[in-house]
Amino acid sequence: MADAPPPLAACALRLGDDALILGQRLSEWCGHAPAIEIDLSLANVALDQIGQAAHFLGLAGEIEGKGRDADKLAFHRDVMDFANCLLVEQPNGDFAQTVARQFLFSHYQELLYAALAESKDARFAAIAAKALKEVKYHATLASDWVVRLGDGAEESRARMIAGLDWMWRFADELFAADEIDAALGLDKAALRSAWDARIDAVLADATLERPAAHRPVLGGRTGRHSEHLGHLLSEMQFLQRAYPGAAW
Amino acid sequence: MYTTDMTGKKTAQPVAEDPARVAAFEARVANDEFIEPKDWMPEAYRRTLIRQISQHAHSEIVGMLPEGNWITRAPNLRRKAILLAKVQDEGGHGLYLYAAAETLGVSRDEMTEALLSGKAKYSTIFNYPTLTWADIGAIGWLVDGAAIMNQVPLQRTSYGPYARAMVRICKEESFHQRQGYEIMMHLAQGTPEQKRMAQDALDRWWQPSLMMFGPPDDKSPNTEQSMRWRIKRETNDELRQKFVDITVPQAEAIGLKAPDPALKWNEARGHYDFGEVDWDEFWAVVKGDGPVAKERMQARRKAWDDGAWVREAARVHAVKRAAAKLAAE
Ligand SMILES: [Fe+2]
Ligand SMILES: [Fe+2]
Ligand SMILES: [Fe+2]
Repeated sequence: MADAPPPLAACALRLGDDALILGQRLSEWCGHAPAIEIDLSLANVALDQIGQAAHFLGLAGEIEGKGRDADKLAFHRDVMDFANCLLVEQPNGDFAQTVARQFLFSHYQELLYAALAESKDARFAAIAAKALKEVKYHATLASDWVVRLGDGAEESRARMIAGLDWMWRFADELFAADEIDAALGLDKAALRSAWDARIDAVLADATLERPAAHRPVLGGRTGRHSEHLGHLLSEMQFLQRAYPGAAW
Repeated sequence: MYTTDMTGKKTAQPVAEDPARVAAFEARVANDEFIEPKDWMPEAYRRTLIRQISQHAHSEIVGMLPEGNWITRAPNLRRKAILLAKVQDEGGHGLYLYAAAETLGVSRDEMTEALLSGKAKYSTIFNYPTLTWADIGAIGWLVDGAAIMNQVPLQRTSYGPYARAMVRICKEESFHQRQGYEIMMHLAQGTPEQKRMAQDALDRWWQPSLMMFGPPDDKSPNTEQSMRWRIKRETNDELRQKFVDITVPQAEAIGLKAPDPALKWNEARGHYDFGEVDWDEFWAVVKGDGPVAKERMQARRKAWDDGAWVREAARVHAVKRAAAKLAAE
Protein backbone atom coordinates (compact mmCIF):
# COMPACT_ATOMS: atom_id res chain seq x y z
CA MET A 1 0.00 0.00 0.00
CA ALA A 2 2.04 2.91 -1.25
CA ASP A 3 -0.29 5.81 -0.48
CA ALA A 4 -1.35 6.59 3.04
CA PRO A 5 -5.09 5.99 3.44
CA PRO A 6 -7.33 8.99 4.06
CA PRO A 7 -7.33 9.88 7.77
CA LEU A 8 -10.82 8.54 8.45
CA ALA A 9 -9.99 5.26 6.77
CA ALA A 10 -6.83 5.13 8.88
CA CYS A 11 -8.95 5.63 12.01
CA ALA A 12 -11.19 2.74 11.05
CA LEU A 13 -8.15 0.59 10.27
CA ARG A 14 -6.69 1.19 13.73
CA LEU A 15 -9.95 0.22 15.38
CA GLY A 16 -10.40 -2.80 13.14
CA ASP A 17 -6.82 -3.99 13.48
CA ASP A 18 -6.91 -3.76 17.28
CA ALA A 19 -10.03 -5.90 17.35
CA LEU A 20 -8.79 -8.33 14.70
CA ILE A 21 -5.40 -9.00 16.23
CA LEU A 22 -6.79 -9.34 19.74
CA GLY A 23 -9.53 -11.67 18.49
CA GLN A 24 -6.94 -13.77 16.68
CA ARG A 25 -4.76 -13.99 19.77
CA LEU A 26 -7.67 -14.98 22.01
CA SER A 27 -8.82 -17.64 19.59
CA GLU A 28 -5.47 -19.38 20.08
CA TRP A 29 -6.76 -20.40 23.51
CA CYS A 30 -9.74 -22.28 22.14
CA GLY A 31 -9.69 -25.83 23.52
CA HIS A 32 -6.67 -25.19 25.75
CA ALA A 33 -7.91 -22.93 28.56
CA PRO A 34 -7.56 -23.75 32.28
CA ALA A 35 -11.26 -24.70 32.61
CA ILE A 36 -14.14 -25.16 30.20
CA GLU A 37 -15.92 -22.07 31.53
CA ILE A 38 -12.81 -19.99 30.85
CA ASP A 39 -12.51 -21.51 27.40
CA LEU A 40 -16.07 -20.41 26.63
CA SER A 41 -15.60 -16.90 27.97
CA LEU A 42 -12.36 -16.33 26.04
CA ALA A 43 -14.06 -17.57 22.89
CA ASN A 44 -16.87 -15.13 23.57
CA VAL A 45 -14.50 -12.21 23.79
CA ALA A 46 -12.68 -13.38 20.67
CA LEU A 47 -15.95 -13.61 18.76
CA ASP A 48 -16.97 -10.12 19.78
CA GLN A 49 -13.61 -8.74 18.70
CA ILE A 50 -13.72 -10.49 15.34
CA GLY A 51 -17.22 -9.16 14.77
CA GLN A 52 -16.08 -5.62 15.57
CA ALA A 53 -13.06 -6.07 13.33
CA ALA A 54 -15.31 -7.03 10.42
CA HIS A 55 -17.34 -3.86 10.91
CA PHE A 56 -14.45 -1.44 11.30
CA LEU A 57 -12.37 -2.98 8.52
CA GLY A 58 -15.41 -2.96 6.28
CA LEU A 59 -15.82 0.72 7.02
CA ALA A 60 -12.13 1.37 6.37
CA GLY A 61 -12.41 -0.23 2.95
CA GLU A 62 -15.55 1.70 2.18
CA ILE A 63 -13.98 5.05 3.09
CA GLU A 64 -10.82 4.20 1.21
CA GLY A 65 -12.90 3.47 -1.86
CA LYS A 66 -10.46 1.14 -3.61
CA GLY A 67 -12.68 -1.90 -3.56
CA ARG A 68 -11.01 -3.59 -0.61
CA ASP A 69 -13.41 -5.30 1.77
CA ALA A 70 -12.75 -6.39 5.36
CA ASP A 71 -11.26 -9.73 4.28
CA LYS A 72 -8.99 -8.13 1.74
CA LEU A 73 -7.69 -5.82 4.46
CA ALA A 74 -7.34 -8.56 7.06
CA PHE A 75 -5.70 -11.17 4.87
CA HIS A 76 -3.72 -9.23 2.29
CA ARG A 77 -1.68 -6.66 4.17
CA ASP A 78 1.79 -7.10 5.59
CA VAL A 79 3.13 -6.02 8.97
CA MET A 80 4.00 -2.46 8.01
CA ASP A 81 0.44 -1.73 6.97
CA PHE A 82 -1.17 -3.01 10.15
CA ALA A 83 -2.11 -0.20 12.53
CA ASN A 84 -3.01 -2.08 15.70
CA CYS A 85 -1.43 -1.15 19.01
CA LEU A 86 1.47 -3.28 20.20
CA LEU A 87 -0.46 -4.43 23.25
CA VAL A 88 -2.93 -6.63 21.36
CA GLU A 89 -0.26 -8.46 19.38
CA GLN A 90 1.58 -9.59 22.51
CA PRO A 91 1.65 -13.36 22.91
CA ASN A 92 -0.89 -15.01 25.18
CA GLY A 93 1.78 -16.28 27.56
CA ASP A 94 0.16 -17.92 30.55
CA PHE A 95 -3.42 -17.16 31.53
CA ALA A 96 -2.31 -14.28 33.77
CA GLN A 97 -0.51 -12.61 30.87
CA THR A 98 -3.62 -12.97 28.72
CA VAL A 99 -5.72 -11.49 31.52
CA ALA A 100 -3.29 -8.58 31.93
CA ARG A 101 -3.50 -7.75 28.22
CA GLN A 102 -7.28 -7.97 28.24
CA PHE A 103 -7.56 -5.89 31.39
CA LEU A 104 -5.46 -2.99 30.10
CA PHE A 105 -7.01 -3.11 26.66
CA SER A 106 -10.68 -3.63 27.49
CA HIS A 107 -10.88 -0.66 29.82
CA TYR A 108 -9.31 1.46 27.09
CA GLN A 109 -11.62 0.01 24.45
CA GLU A 110 -14.69 0.62 26.58
CA LEU A 111 -13.78 4.27 27.19
CA LEU A 112 -12.88 4.69 23.54
CA TYR A 113 -16.14 3.19 22.25
CA ALA A 114 -18.14 5.28 24.71
CA ALA A 115 -16.49 8.38 23.24
CA LEU A 116 -16.87 7.11 19.67
CA ALA A 117 -20.55 6.40 20.23
CA GLU A 118 -20.95 10.18 20.52
CA SER A 119 -18.94 10.82 17.36
CA LYS A 120 -20.30 13.14 14.69
CA ASP A 121 -19.52 10.44 12.17
CA ALA A 122 -22.61 8.26 12.33
CA ARG A 123 -20.85 5.24 10.83
CA PHE A 124 -18.26 5.04 13.60
CA ALA A 125 -20.83 5.93 16.22
CA ALA A 126 -23.15 3.12 15.16
CA ILE A 127 -20.47 0.42 15.34
CA ALA A 128 -19.13 1.68 18.66
CA ALA A 129 -22.56 2.04 20.24
CA LYS A 130 -23.46 -1.50 19.28
CA ALA A 131 -20.19 -2.92 20.58
CA LEU A 132 -20.11 -0.95 23.80
CA LYS A 133 -22.10 -3.50 25.79
CA GLU A 134 -19.77 -6.27 24.62
CA VAL A 135 -16.58 -4.51 25.64
CA LYS A 136 -18.07 -3.48 28.98
CA TYR A 137 -18.48 -7.15 29.69
CA HIS A 138 -14.89 -7.85 28.57
CA ALA A 139 -13.59 -5.20 30.97
CA THR A 140 -15.59 -6.67 33.85
CA LEU A 141 -14.49 -10.19 33.02
CA ALA A 142 -10.82 -9.22 32.86
CA SER A 143 -11.04 -7.13 36.04
CA ASP A 144 -12.63 -10.03 37.91
CA TRP A 145 -9.75 -12.26 36.91
CA VAL A 146 -7.14 -9.67 37.89
CA VAL A 147 -8.71 -9.62 41.35
CA ARG A 148 -9.08 -13.40 41.57
CA LEU A 149 -5.51 -14.06 40.49
CA GLY A 150 -3.96 -11.11 42.35
CA ASP A 151 -5.80 -11.77 45.58
CA GLY A 152 -5.79 -15.53 45.10
CA ALA A 153 -2.98 -17.94 45.85
CA GLU A 154 0.72 -17.19 46.02
CA GLU A 155 1.50 -18.58 42.58
CA SER A 156 -1.37 -16.79 40.86
CA ARG A 157 -0.34 -13.53 42.48
CA ALA A 158 3.24 -13.87 41.24
CA ARG A 159 2.01 -14.71 37.75
CA MET A 160 -0.46 -11.82 37.70
CA ILE A 161 2.34 -9.43 38.68
CA ALA A 162 4.57 -10.84 35.94
CA GLY A 163 1.74 -10.59 33.39
CA LEU A 164 1.06 -6.96 34.18
CA ASP A 165 4.74 -6.24 34.12
CA TRP A 166 5.02 -7.70 30.61
CA MET A 167 2.13 -5.65 29.26
CA TRP A 168 2.58 -2.37 31.07
CA ARG A 169 5.12 -0.83 28.66
CA PHE A 170 2.48 -0.93 25.90
CA ALA A 171 -0.15 1.04 27.80
CA ASP A 172 1.03 4.53 26.88
CA GLU A 173 0.63 3.83 23.20
CA LEU A 174 -3.11 3.44 23.68
CA PHE A 175 -3.44 7.12 24.55
CA ALA A 176 -0.92 8.58 22.12
CA ALA A 177 -2.86 11.13 20.08
CA ASP A 178 -2.07 12.29 16.57
CA GLU A 179 -3.68 14.09 13.64
CA ILE A 180 -5.24 10.87 12.36
CA ASP A 181 -7.39 10.47 15.45
CA ALA A 182 -8.04 14.20 15.33
CA ALA A 183 -9.72 13.67 11.95
CA LEU A 184 -12.44 11.81 13.81
CA GLY A 185 -12.52 14.38 16.61
CA LEU A 186 -11.09 11.75 18.96
CA ASP A 187 -9.01 12.85 21.92
CA LYS A 188 -7.47 9.66 23.22
CA ALA A 189 -5.27 11.50 25.71
CA ALA A 190 -8.43 12.69 27.43
CA LEU A 191 -9.37 9.09 28.19
CA ARG A 192 -6.24 8.52 30.22
CA SER A 193 -7.34 9.80 33.60
CA ALA A 194 -10.55 7.77 33.57
CA TRP A 195 -8.55 4.72 32.53
CA ASP A 196 -5.98 5.29 35.29
CA ALA A 197 -8.74 5.53 37.87
CA ARG A 198 -10.34 2.27 36.72
CA ILE A 199 -7.06 0.40 36.58
CA ASP A 200 -6.02 1.64 40.01
CA ALA A 201 -9.35 0.70 41.59
CA VAL A 202 -9.15 -2.86 40.29
CA LEU A 203 -5.49 -3.22 41.25
CA ALA A 204 -6.34 -2.03 44.77
CA ASP A 205 -9.10 -4.63 45.00
CA ALA A 206 -6.59 -7.22 43.80
CA THR A 207 -4.10 -6.00 46.47
CA LEU A 208 -1.63 -5.34 43.66
CA GLU A 209 0.62 -2.39 42.97
CA ARG A 210 0.85 -0.62 39.68
CA PRO A 211 3.88 -2.00 37.80
CA ALA A 212 6.97 0.19 37.90
CA ALA A 213 7.03 2.78 35.14
CA HIS A 214 8.64 1.49 31.94
CA ARG A 215 9.86 3.45 29.01
CA PRO A 216 6.85 3.27 26.69
CA VAL A 217 7.21 1.18 23.57
CA LEU A 218 5.42 2.83 20.65
CA GLY A 219 5.07 2.36 16.92
CA GLY A 220 2.15 0.04 16.24
CA ARG A 221 -0.06 2.76 14.84
CA THR A 222 2.52 3.54 12.16
CA GLY A 223 3.39 -0.05 11.30
CA ARG A 224 6.43 -0.41 13.58
CA HIS A 225 5.45 -3.64 15.28
CA SER A 226 6.97 -6.30 17.48
CA GLU A 227 8.40 -9.48 15.99
CA HIS A 228 5.27 -11.29 17.12
CA LEU A 229 2.93 -9.78 14.56
CA GLY A 230 4.59 -11.31 11.50
CA HIS A 231 4.13 -14.80 12.88
CA LEU A 232 0.54 -14.11 13.78
CA LEU A 233 -0.12 -12.88 10.23
CA SER A 234 1.63 -15.76 8.53
CA GLU A 235 -0.66 -18.16 10.36
CA MET A 236 -3.83 -16.12 9.93
CA GLN A 237 -3.27 -15.33 6.25
CA PHE A 238 -2.00 -18.73 5.17
CA LEU A 239 -4.97 -19.91 3.10
CA GLN A 240 -5.57 -16.61 1.35
CA ARG A 241 -1.90 -16.39 0.45
CA ALA A 242 -1.51 -20.03 -0.61
CA TYR A 243 -4.61 -20.03 -2.83
CA PRO A 244 -4.80 -16.55 -4.34
CA GLY A 245 -8.16 -15.70 -5.81
CA ALA A 246 -10.03 -18.65 -4.30
CA ALA A 247 -13.35 -17.99 -2.59
CA TRP A 248 -14.15 -19.76 0.67
CA MET B 1 -20.60 -42.60 18.18
CA TYR B 2 -19.88 -40.30 21.08
CA THR B 3 -22.14 -42.47 23.17
CA THR B 4 -21.42 -45.92 21.84
CA ASP B 5 -20.24 -48.42 24.37
CA MET B 6 -16.65 -48.98 23.38
CA THR B 7 -15.61 -51.14 26.28
CA GLY B 8 -16.62 -54.29 24.44
CA LYS B 9 -17.28 -56.02 27.75
CA LYS B 10 -20.46 -57.11 29.44
CA THR B 11 -21.48 -54.69 32.14
CA ALA B 12 -20.88 -56.13 35.61
CA GLN B 13 -23.90 -57.85 37.05
CA PRO B 14 -25.82 -55.55 39.38
CA VAL B 15 -25.50 -55.99 43.10
CA ALA B 16 -28.46 -57.70 44.76
CA GLU B 17 -31.40 -55.33 44.49
CA ASP B 18 -34.99 -55.53 45.60
CA PRO B 19 -36.73 -57.29 42.66
CA ALA B 20 -39.93 -55.34 43.25
CA ARG B 21 -38.10 -52.02 42.93
CA VAL B 22 -36.28 -53.22 39.84
CA ALA B 23 -39.56 -54.33 38.30
CA ALA B 24 -41.23 -51.00 39.09
CA PHE B 25 -38.25 -49.18 37.57
CA GLU B 26 -38.30 -51.31 34.42
CA ALA B 27 -42.02 -50.72 34.06
CA ARG B 28 -41.62 -46.96 34.27
CA VAL B 29 -38.89 -47.02 31.67
CA ALA B 30 -40.90 -49.31 29.40
CA ASN B 31 -43.71 -46.82 29.74
CA ASP B 32 -41.36 -44.07 28.44
CA GLU B 33 -41.40 -42.16 31.72
CA PHE B 34 -38.41 -40.03 32.63
CA ILE B 35 -36.22 -41.16 35.51
CA GLU B 36 -35.05 -38.19 37.57
CA PRO B 37 -31.97 -37.87 39.81
CA LYS B 38 -33.93 -38.31 43.04
CA ASP B 39 -35.65 -41.49 41.78
CA TRP B 40 -34.43 -44.93 42.71
CA MET B 41 -32.52 -46.67 39.92
CA PRO B 42 -30.60 -49.92 39.59
CA GLU B 43 -26.90 -49.52 40.21
CA ALA B 44 -26.03 -50.95 36.79
CA TYR B 45 -28.28 -48.37 35.11
CA ARG B 46 -26.59 -45.58 37.04
CA ARG B 47 -23.12 -46.84 36.16
CA THR B 48 -23.95 -47.38 32.52
CA LEU B 49 -25.34 -43.87 32.27
CA ILE B 50 -22.32 -42.32 33.95
CA ARG B 51 -20.11 -44.12 31.49
CA GLN B 52 -22.20 -43.13 28.49
CA ILE B 53 -22.79 -39.49 29.44
CA SER B 54 -19.24 -38.83 30.57
CA GLN B 55 -17.89 -40.45 27.42
CA HIS B 56 -20.15 -38.17 25.45
CA ALA B 57 -18.95 -35.15 27.42
CA HIS B 58 -15.30 -36.11 26.91
CA SER B 59 -15.98 -36.46 23.18
CA GLU B 60 -17.31 -32.91 23.03
CA ILE B 61 -14.26 -31.55 24.85
CA VAL B 62 -11.62 -33.56 22.98
CA GLY B 63 -13.56 -32.77 19.82
CA MET B 64 -12.71 -29.10 20.28
CA LEU B 65 -9.09 -29.89 19.41
CA PRO B 66 -9.20 -31.04 15.78
CA GLU B 67 -11.42 -28.12 14.78
CA GLY B 68 -9.70 -25.66 17.10
CA ASN B 69 -6.62 -26.48 15.05
CA TRP B 70 -8.04 -24.38 12.19
CA ILE B 71 -9.55 -21.36 13.95
CA THR B 72 -6.42 -19.28 13.65
CA ARG B 73 -6.10 -20.26 9.98
CA ALA B 74 -9.72 -19.90 8.90
CA PRO B 75 -9.81 -18.42 5.40
CA ASN B 76 -11.91 -15.32 6.08
CA LEU B 77 -13.51 -13.43 8.94
CA ARG B 78 -16.93 -14.99 8.49
CA ARG B 79 -15.58 -18.55 8.51
CA LYS B 80 -13.38 -17.73 11.48
CA ALA B 81 -16.34 -16.46 13.50
CA ILE B 82 -18.53 -19.44 12.54
CA LEU B 83 -15.83 -21.94 13.45
CA LEU B 84 -15.02 -20.24 16.72
CA ALA B 85 -18.70 -20.21 17.66
CA LYS B 86 -18.99 -23.86 16.68
CA VAL B 87 -16.07 -25.00 18.77
CA GLN B 88 -17.44 -22.92 21.62
CA ASP B 89 -20.79 -24.72 21.25
CA GLU B 90 -18.99 -28.05 21.61
CA GLY B 91 -17.45 -26.83 24.86
CA GLY B 92 -20.94 -25.86 26.01
CA HIS B 93 -22.18 -29.34 25.13
CA GLY B 94 -19.40 -30.78 27.25
CA LEU B 95 -20.50 -28.59 30.14
CA TYR B 96 -24.20 -29.59 29.99
CA LEU B 97 -23.25 -33.23 29.75
CA TYR B 98 -20.83 -33.12 32.68
CA ALA B 99 -23.61 -31.42 34.65
CA ALA B 100 -26.06 -34.17 33.65
CA ALA B 101 -23.56 -36.85 34.73
CA GLU B 102 -22.99 -35.05 38.03
CA THR B 103 -26.64 -35.62 38.92
CA LEU B 104 -25.72 -39.33 39.08
CA GLY B 105 -23.22 -38.74 41.86
CA VAL B 106 -19.90 -38.34 40.08
CA SER B 107 -17.91 -35.08 40.05
CA ARG B 108 -16.56 -33.32 37.00
CA ASP B 109 -13.04 -33.57 38.41
CA GLU B 110 -13.40 -37.34 38.80
CA MET B 111 -14.59 -37.63 35.21
CA THR B 112 -11.73 -35.45 33.98
CA GLU B 113 -9.20 -37.55 35.87
CA ALA B 114 -10.69 -40.67 34.28
CA LEU B 115 -10.25 -39.15 30.83
CA LEU B 116 -6.70 -38.01 31.43
CA SER B 117 -5.62 -41.32 32.93
CA GLY B 118 -6.94 -43.11 29.84
CA LYS B 119 -9.57 -44.97 31.85
CA ALA B 120 -12.49 -43.20 30.21
CA LYS B 121 -13.00 -43.29 26.47
CA TYR B 122 -14.06 -40.66 23.97
CA SER B 123 -15.22 -40.98 20.39
CA THR B 124 -12.63 -42.60 18.12
CA ILE B 125 -13.26 -39.97 15.43
CA PHE B 126 -11.26 -37.30 17.23
CA ASN B 127 -8.07 -39.31 16.99
CA TYR B 128 -7.63 -38.35 13.35
CA PRO B 129 -5.79 -35.20 12.27
CA THR B 130 -7.26 -32.15 10.52
CA LEU B 131 -4.87 -31.55 7.66
CA THR B 132 -6.58 -28.99 5.46
CA TRP B 133 -9.40 -26.47 5.69
CA ALA B 134 -11.68 -29.01 3.98
CA ASP B 135 -11.44 -31.15 7.10
CA ILE B 136 -13.43 -28.49 8.90
CA GLY B 137 -16.16 -28.91 6.33
CA ALA B 138 -15.95 -32.70 6.49
CA ILE B 139 -16.16 -32.77 10.27
CA GLY B 140 -19.22 -30.54 10.39
CA TRP B 141 -20.95 -32.43 7.64
CA LEU B 142 -20.05 -36.00 8.57
CA VAL B 143 -19.14 -35.99 12.26
CA ASP B 144 -21.82 -33.62 13.45
CA GLY B 145 -24.16 -35.33 10.99
CA ALA B 146 -23.45 -38.71 12.54
CA ALA B 147 -23.76 -37.21 16.02
CA ILE B 148 -27.24 -35.92 15.24
CA MET B 149 -28.32 -39.30 13.97
CA ASN B 150 -27.39 -40.89 17.23
CA GLN B 151 -28.56 -38.10 19.47
CA VAL B 152 -31.98 -37.27 18.09
CA PRO B 153 -33.40 -40.52 19.52
CA LEU B 154 -31.66 -39.74 22.82
CA GLN B 155 -33.87 -36.70 23.27
CA ARG B 156 -36.36 -39.31 24.47
CA THR B 157 -33.88 -41.30 26.50
CA SER B 158 -35.09 -42.51 29.89
CA TYR B 159 -32.85 -40.36 32.08
CA GLY B 160 -34.40 -36.87 32.34
CA PRO B 161 -31.29 -34.68 32.70
CA TYR B 162 -29.63 -36.50 29.80
CA ALA B 163 -32.69 -36.21 27.57
CA ARG B 164 -32.98 -32.49 28.27
CA ALA B 165 -29.28 -31.90 27.57
CA MET B 166 -29.79 -33.71 24.26
CA VAL B 167 -32.64 -31.43 23.24
CA ARG B 168 -30.40 -28.35 23.55
CA ILE B 169 -27.44 -30.07 21.96
CA CYS B 170 -29.30 -31.46 18.96
CA LYS B 171 -30.47 -28.04 17.84
CA GLU B 172 -26.89 -26.81 17.71
CA GLU B 173 -25.52 -29.95 16.09
CA SER B 174 -27.86 -29.56 13.15
CA PHE B 175 -26.55 -26.03 12.60
CA HIS B 176 -23.03 -27.43 12.67
CA GLN B 177 -23.93 -30.06 10.15
CA ARG B 178 -25.36 -27.51 7.73
CA GLN B 179 -22.40 -25.18 8.15
CA GLY B 180 -20.00 -28.03 7.48
CA TYR B 181 -21.85 -29.11 4.37
CA GLU B 182 -21.86 -25.52 3.18
CA ILE B 183 -18.07 -25.36 3.49
CA MET B 184 -17.79 -28.56 1.45
CA MET B 185 -20.18 -27.23 -1.14
CA HIS B 186 -18.09 -24.11 -1.61
CA LEU B 187 -14.89 -26.10 -1.94
CA ALA B 188 -16.42 -28.63 -4.30
CA GLN B 189 -17.54 -25.79 -6.57
CA GLY B 190 -14.29 -23.86 -6.18
CA THR B 191 -10.90 -24.08 -7.88
CA PRO B 192 -9.45 -27.49 -8.84
CA GLU B 193 -7.21 -27.28 -5.75
CA GLN B 194 -10.20 -26.68 -3.53
CA LYS B 195 -12.13 -29.53 -5.06
CA ARG B 196 -9.18 -31.82 -4.55
CA MET B 197 -9.00 -30.71 -0.93
CA ALA B 198 -12.70 -31.51 -0.45
CA GLN B 199 -12.48 -34.99 -2.01
CA ASP B 200 -9.36 -35.77 -0.02
CA ALA B 201 -11.11 -34.81 3.20
CA LEU B 202 -14.08 -37.03 2.36
CA ASP B 203 -11.69 -39.86 1.50
CA ARG B 204 -10.04 -39.62 4.90
CA TRP B 205 -13.12 -38.99 7.09
CA TRP B 206 -15.55 -41.45 5.51
CA GLN B 207 -14.50 -44.65 7.25
CA PRO B 208 -13.83 -43.03 10.62
CA SER B 209 -17.32 -41.50 10.42
CA LEU B 210 -18.90 -44.92 9.85
CA MET B 211 -16.97 -46.18 12.86
CA MET B 212 -18.63 -43.52 15.02
CA PHE B 213 -21.71 -45.73 15.25
CA GLY B 214 -19.71 -48.35 17.07
CA PRO B 215 -19.06 -52.04 16.41
CA PRO B 216 -21.51 -54.19 14.44
CA ASP B 217 -24.57 -55.25 16.40
CA ASP B 218 -23.38 -58.82 16.86
CA LYS B 219 -20.21 -57.44 18.53
CA SER B 220 -22.05 -54.98 20.72
CA PRO B 221 -22.85 -56.94 23.89
CA ASN B 222 -24.73 -54.26 25.82
CA THR B 223 -27.07 -53.18 23.07
CA GLU B 224 -30.04 -55.21 24.23
CA GLN B 225 -29.93 -53.96 27.79
CA SER B 226 -29.34 -50.39 26.68
CA MET B 227 -32.30 -50.55 24.34
CA ARG B 228 -34.49 -51.89 27.12
CA TRP B 229 -33.34 -49.06 29.36
CA ARG B 230 -34.04 -46.53 26.61
CA ILE B 231 -30.49 -45.19 26.76
CA LYS B 232 -30.08 -46.37 23.24
CA ARG B 233 -33.00 -46.38 20.86
CA GLU B 234 -31.62 -47.74 17.62
CA THR B 235 -28.86 -50.25 17.04
CA ASN B 236 -25.40 -49.35 15.73
CA ASP B 237 -26.01 -50.99 12.37
CA GLU B 238 -29.40 -49.34 11.92
CA LEU B 239 -27.92 -45.93 12.58
CA ARG B 240 -24.93 -46.58 10.32
CA GLN B 241 -27.23 -47.58 7.47
CA LYS B 242 -29.33 -44.47 7.99
CA PHE B 243 -26.20 -42.33 7.89
CA VAL B 244 -24.99 -43.90 4.65
CA ASP B 245 -28.43 -43.54 3.05
CA ILE B 246 -28.59 -39.83 3.86
CA THR B 247 -24.96 -38.90 3.24
CA VAL B 248 -24.24 -40.59 -0.09
CA PRO B 249 -26.75 -38.47 -2.06
CA GLN B 250 -25.44 -35.36 -0.27
CA ALA B 251 -21.95 -36.14 -1.52
CA GLU B 252 -23.23 -36.78 -5.06
CA ALA B 253 -25.15 -33.51 -5.03
CA ILE B 254 -21.91 -31.56 -4.73
CA GLY B 255 -19.88 -33.74 -7.06
CA LEU B 256 -17.95 -35.71 -4.45
CA LYS B 257 -17.71 -39.46 -4.14
CA ALA B 258 -17.65 -41.57 -1.01
CA PRO B 259 -14.50 -43.73 -1.13
CA ASP B 260 -16.13 -47.16 -1.23
CA PRO B 261 -16.15 -49.29 -4.41
CA ALA B 262 -18.86 -51.50 -2.89
CA LEU B 263 -21.24 -48.60 -2.45
CA LYS B 264 -24.37 -49.27 -4.49
CA TRP B 265 -28.08 -48.55 -4.22
CA ASN B 266 -29.98 -51.74 -3.48
CA GLU B 267 -33.46 -51.37 -4.86
CA ALA B 268 -34.79 -54.47 -3.11
CA ARG B 269 -33.60 -53.36 0.34
CA GLY B 270 -34.34 -49.70 -0.25
CA HIS B 271 -30.89 -48.93 1.14
CA TYR B 272 -27.33 -48.47 -0.02
CA ASP B 273 -25.09 -51.48 0.23
CA PHE B 274 -21.64 -50.55 1.42
CA GLY B 275 -18.30 -52.19 2.06
CA GLU B 276 -17.11 -53.67 5.31
CA VAL B 277 -15.72 -51.17 7.80
CA ASP B 278 -12.15 -51.82 8.92
CA TRP B 279 -12.92 -53.04 12.44
CA ASP B 280 -9.30 -53.82 13.25
CA GLU B 281 -8.59 -50.16 12.77
CA PHE B 282 -11.58 -49.27 14.95
CA TRP B 283 -10.51 -51.49 17.85
CA ALA B 284 -6.94 -50.23 17.63
CA VAL B 285 -8.20 -46.66 17.92
CA VAL B 286 -10.50 -47.62 20.80
CA LYS B 287 -7.47 -49.05 22.56
CA GLY B 288 -5.74 -45.68 22.24
CA ASP B 289 -3.72 -46.25 19.09
CA GLY B 290 -5.38 -43.62 16.92
CA PRO B 291 -3.02 -41.63 14.68
CA VAL B 292 -3.13 -38.52 16.90
CA ALA B 293 -4.45 -40.04 20.12
CA LYS B 294 -1.25 -39.16 21.92
CA GLU B 295 -1.43 -35.55 20.74
CA ARG B 296 -5.06 -35.23 21.81
CA MET B 297 -4.39 -36.54 25.30
CA GLN B 298 -1.22 -34.49 25.58
CA ALA B 299 -3.18 -31.33 24.74
CA ARG B 300 -5.92 -32.11 27.27
CA ARG B 301 -3.39 -32.97 29.96
CA LYS B 302 -1.42 -29.82 29.27
CA ALA B 303 -4.54 -27.64 29.50
CA TRP B 304 -5.47 -29.34 32.77
CA ASP B 305 -1.99 -29.21 34.31
CA ASP B 306 -1.21 -25.67 33.15
CA GLY B 307 -4.59 -24.54 34.43
CA ALA B 308 -4.16 -26.04 37.91
CA TRP B 309 -2.85 -22.81 39.43
CA VAL B 310 -5.77 -20.84 37.94
CA ARG B 311 -8.38 -23.18 39.37
CA GLU B 312 -6.53 -23.14 42.69
CA ALA B 313 -6.46 -19.32 42.67
CA ALA B 314 -10.20 -19.16 42.04
CA ARG B 315 -10.82 -21.55 44.93
CA VAL B 316 -8.52 -19.70 47.37
CA HIS B 317 -9.95 -16.35 46.34
CA ALA B 318 -13.52 -17.52 46.90
CA VAL B 319 -12.60 -18.78 50.37
CA LYS B 320 -10.87 -15.47 51.21
CA ARG B 321 -13.78 -13.37 50.05
CA ALA B 322 -16.32 -15.53 51.85
CA ALA B 323 -14.30 -15.22 55.07
CA ALA B 324 -14.03 -11.45 54.64
CA LYS B 325 -17.75 -11.20 54.05
CA LEU B 326 -18.49 -13.26 57.14
CA ALA B 327 -16.14 -11.12 59.23
CA ALA B 328 -17.89 -7.98 58.03
CA GLU B 329 -21.33 -9.21 59.07
FE1 LIG C 1 -21.46 -31.16 20.26
FE1 LIG D 1 -20.00 -32.70 18.25
FE1 LIG E 1 -21.31 -30.02 16.87
